[in-house]
Parts: sequence; C-alpha cells; structure tokens
Amino acid sequence: MSPHGPSLPVQSQVPATRLVATLAIAGALAGFLIVSVFQWAQPRILLHQAEVLRGAINEVLGGPDHYETLFVIDGALTPDLAAGADSTAYERVWLGYDAAGRTVGYAIVGQEPGFQDVIRLIFGYDPATGQLLGMKVLESKETPGLGDKIEKDTAFVGAFVGTATPLHGVKANTGSDEPGQVDMITGATISSRVVIGIINHRLDNLGPLIERYRAQGAN
Amino acid sequence: MKATTPRQDLIRGIWRENPVLVQLLGLCPTLAVTNTVANSIAMGLATFFVLVGSSFLVSSLRKLIPNEVRISAYILIIATFVTLVDILLQAIVPDIHKALGAFIALIVVNCMILGRQEAFASKRPIGRAVLDAVGTGTGFMIALLMMGGFREVLGNGSLLGVRVMPAGFEPWIIMILPPGGFFTLGFILLAFGWWKTREDEKPKLRHWPHGVASASDREEAAV
Repeated sequence: MSPHGPSLPVQSQVPATRLVATLAIAGALAGFLIVSVFQWAQPRILLHQAEVLRGAINEVLGGPDHYETLFVIDGALTPDLAAGADSTAYERVWLGYDAAGRTVGYAIVGQEPGFQDVIRLIFGYDPATGQLLGMKVLESKETPGLGDKIEKDTAFVGAFVGTATPLHGVKANTGSDEPGQVDMITGATISSRVVIGIINHRLDNLGPLIERYRAQGAN
Repeated sequence: MKATTPRQDLIRGIWRENPVLVQLLGLCPTLAVTNTVANSIAMGLATFFVLVGSSFLVSSLRKLIPNEVRISAYILIIATFVTLVDILLQAIVPDIHKALGAFIALIVVNCMILGRQEAFASKRPIGRAVLDAVGTGTGFMIALLMMGGFREVLGNGSLLGVRVMPAGFEPWIIMILPPGGFFTLGFILLAFGWWKTREDEKPKLRHWPHGVASASDREEAAV
C-alpha cells in the first residue's frame, strides 16, 4: 500500500478512435495479403483441378486418343457454346475418340450424398454396347478403412469395367453372375450402393440425350 | 514473468511443457487428423508455420496493439496466416490439402496458438517469441507424429504408406477411426505421465548424495 492510500487501477487512456484504427489497418493489411496470395495461387489451383479431371476422363474412357467436351444446353448435348459464355457454368460430358476417329464412349460426372459426405465420381459409358468403361471416385470423405474402399478396393473399382447397365448391387460372393451385377463391399454397403445409384441415375438422365446426340451426328 | 534463458524458451515446449502431452492444448487436430503419419506431418508443419509467423508478428507489433483490442488483433493475425496456409497448400500440395480437409481452417481456433500469443509473444522481444514458437511447434509436431505413427501401424499396417506389418496382420480399423484417436491419446498420456512422475521424483534424491534420506529429511525438504 502506498503512503497516499490504496493505488487505484490505472484507467485506459487509449482513445476509441485508435482502437478502431488499429483493427481497421490490421484488417486491411490482412485482406491485402490474402488477396495477393490468392491471385498468385488461383491459376495453379484451377490448373491442377483441370489436370485431375483430364487424367480421370482418360482413365475412365480407357485412354482415348483425344476427347471432345459436350455441353448440356436446353436438354440437348452440343459441342458448341455461344461466344463469351462461361464453359464451367454448364453441365458437361466428354466424348472420347480413338486414333481412327471412332467414338470410344462418354465420360460422365455425378454426385450424391454418401455415408459421410457427398461422393463425386466420373464414369465412362459406351452407348453402342450399353456397357461401362470404368469408374473413378473424384471426391469422397467416406470412413477410412471401410467406405473409402469404393476408391481403394481394386476389385470393386475394376468390377465396373465392361459391366452392362443398369447396374444392380449384390452381396459379395453370392456366386451369381447376371448382367449389370456389381458385388458390393462388405462393411461399405451404403457407400457401394451410392456409387451404383449415382451411375444409374446419371444414365437415366443423360442416356436419352446421348441417344439423341448419336442419332443426329451418327456418333 | 519469470526470467528464462533463450535455450529454455526453445526447449521448454518441445518436451517438458509439450502443448499436447502436458498442457493438453490443440486436441481437436491431434485427435482428428493423426490417422496417418503423412497427415500428421502436414498438420504439424501447417500449425508450425502459423505459430511461428503469428508469434513473430504479435511480438513485433506488441507496442502498437492496444491492450483492449489485443485478442481481436491476435485472432486476425492468426486467421490471416491460416488462410495463407490453406491457399498455399491447395496450390502446391493439393492432395495433402484434400486429406486434411476442414481441419486446416480450424487451426484458427487452436488454443495452443492463441495461448502462446497471449502468454508469451505479446510480452517478449521478437527473438524470444520466435524461439518459443519454434519449440512449441516442434513439440506439437512430435506429439502428432507419435499419434500418427502408432495409429497408422496398427490401423493400416503401414508407416508413411510403406507396409511394415507381416502379411498375415489384420489391420485394427478402429485405430484410424475417431475412437482410435482417443485410445491412442489416452495411452500416450498415460505413458508420458508415468515417465514424468518418475523424472520428477529423481531430483529429490540428489539432495542427499551420501545416502538415502531419512523420512524426517524428506519432510523438511518438502516444507
């Protein structure tokens, strides 16, 4: 205790304007820094996403010579987009060709809620035979060790190659071998069923469009 | 605040005051992303970067930031670093970014980082603040690696993706699921607590170099 009595707590002398100014300047600097780094990073992020998609299209179409992007506009597939239109604003499918210019099949992306979060996948489909060419999961947060087998289990992923559509999932090792049958993963029944469902639903929606496009251009 | 040497500032957080194993801070990422060693390394490095960057900035600006708005300012600084890490990881190592998912953003609310700013960086010169952050960040990384190594070996039979368990080993799936995080942390804390108790008992005997102290000596020493 001081000789003049108990010392009182020191009152803040910082004016309110300085408090506001401090936070405003800090916020502006933070914003500037984040925007600068984002502008540097965004082209790289988009480039990587495009590379991943390109790799996936090639994989599910079994390595085509080249492919063409088709847009879903007014319920029909078209390779042409109006000048200045944003190509990412439309739903897209990709039509693969072999070296001789013959069509290989269509790569289609689909997504639906899985066990934990949305499962997003791409699959290759050959309308001439009605069979699948391959399937690859693009995004999933399914349970590690169980649900994530939809992308890691080679037997399950491989089962989509050459399988007739529509698909129907059956319990693993039942012994039956009907067209369109896919063995579901033990311990990941929900995730397996969602993968099968996504492909069936996408073909229900896009199948007629693909048939119409083929009829038009004899593709 | 107790005076410390630069060396003490650096090594304190690594082991004796380890943020996870002793202070039990930052448990959300510790439990959530340590199912593999690769994820542990990525989360450890991201947190390390945010912690060191924030401590540097908070210490540099400590005389400019008024006391009344210090917490808001610290959070703003931390959030800025976390956003930068998020963007940079997405641009440079997108696969790791995908694996860590939402947990990168959650580094903002890692109480270990705000704790070091409030308790240390805001009161000390830049050099000391950075040393403290490096030590604490390293301690956090060590704890995550212990968790990640244990969980990946038992839960997946591998270490950094390389198979280390015999072919007949059936992975304990639960170890890479959330409950495995709690089990592992519990075991590690138990082992660490046991080790620390033994260590703490050792110096007492050093007071009596000529033999074991009598009970009355010990009571005196305790007083």
